[in-house]
Amino acid sequence: MAELDTSGGGHKKKGPGVKKGKKLSTRVDLTPMVDLGFLLITFFIFTTTMSQPTAMKLFLPDDKVNPEDQNKAKESGVLTIMMGADNHIYYYEGQLKVDASGNNFMSASYNGENSIRDVIMKKKADVRSRATDPENPEKDLVIVIKPGKECTYKNVIDILDEMAINVVKKYALVDISADEAKLVDLSDASAKTSTSN
Amino acid sequence: MGRAKLPRKSTTIDMTAMCDVAFLLLSFFILTTKFKPAEAIAVTTPSSVASKVAPTKDFVLITITKDGKVFLTLDDEQKKELIANSLNSTRNLGIDVAAFKKAGFIGAPIAGLKSFLAIPEENRKGDQLPGIPVMDSTNNELVTWLQLVNESYAGAKMDLLLKGDNVAKYPSFKNVITALKKNDILKFQMITNPENAPMGSELWKRSMSGEKQEN
Repeated sequence: MAELDTSGGGHKKKGPGVKKGKKLSTRVDLTPMVDLGFLLITFFIFTTTMSQPTAMKLFLPDDKVNPEDQNKAKESGVLTIMMGADNHIYYYEGQLKVDASGNNFMSASYNGENSIRDVIMKKKADVRSRATDPENPEKDLVIVIKPGKECTYKNVIDILDEMAINVVKKYALVDISADEAKLVDLSDASAKTSTSN
Repeated sequence: MGRAKLPRKSTTIDMTAMCDVAFLLLSFFILTTKFKPAEAIAVTTPSSVASKVAPTKDFVLITITKDGKVFLTLDDEQKKELIANSLNSTRNLGIDVAAFKKAGFIGAPIAGLKSFLAIPEENRKGDQLPGIPVMDSTNNELVTWLQLVNESYAGAKMDLLLKGDNVAKYPSFKNVITALKKNDILKFQMITNPENAPMGSELWKRSMSGEKQEN
């Protein structure tokens, strides 16, 4: 492959007495060098695009602000999302009701069927349809995120990401209450036994 | 014998131009690549649709590993020196300021800082270190650390980053947030892997129609 081309290059004979001085061509076969070049290029392309982390912004509410100054949310526009162990996710709309009059504690999933995204989108459409202010139809929509003790960091990021995906303007990361924690634990436990059976 | 001479065409092509192009591109990629430094703390970050690239200068990074240990990283050596000096003067720890400046991350209780710094840099591995205690509210040392960070930066621009592992449990994340709140740091950024907005979602529609993303 990489041999030197030693043929003189087809000159005319220089007459009888003149000796033919062999001319060495300086041409080298560059194919392997090009191969190597492109191999390294592909390597560097892959390594550059792989590591470019992004950052997601989060603003925390100030606890020191007087609670009376904080804006109260309309009950009809509130969606509460709770995360439990093993990627379980639960939600309820408005106030939590788990008694004889009705149960609005529902479960959803992160993706696939009955996903939390559908729930958020439905809630959004619902708030929109009841909006009184045409300028800002989603004014009443507030999503309250309550991560449980057992949920992972990924779950929290996924839900915060869901807020970005569905363009929810108002959401809050709040500690889970004892009642809700109990419900989440119970549902987690029942989900565990039902899958193991 | 008279044979019609077919002009023989050579199959070799001049590769010089191609070679030039290949190496030009190669040198470009070599110069633009920044290698990820080998990380002493193994963390796999979750992915999000956030498109803003994480800052690489003037940051304070809090890392949460998968077992909920917390580590602190500062990139500014001058600030680290200030912190080490103030720790030495207020708590009389007698830590080695030069070693503290060189340390890639901090991952020990304040009382055990001296022995932590005695470990050679290359032997400091996240999974063998105790991390900064944050678990109980009475002894959340991250509060102290962030206080020191705040003092050393004294209003200068600083990006607070939070890098958590996928499987880290929420309570450790919450404790970190509590420490941030106690220091009045209400803005921070979480490091994630980039991901595209799912098809058909509202954000996707917005980005398709050319609207700029806010976050």
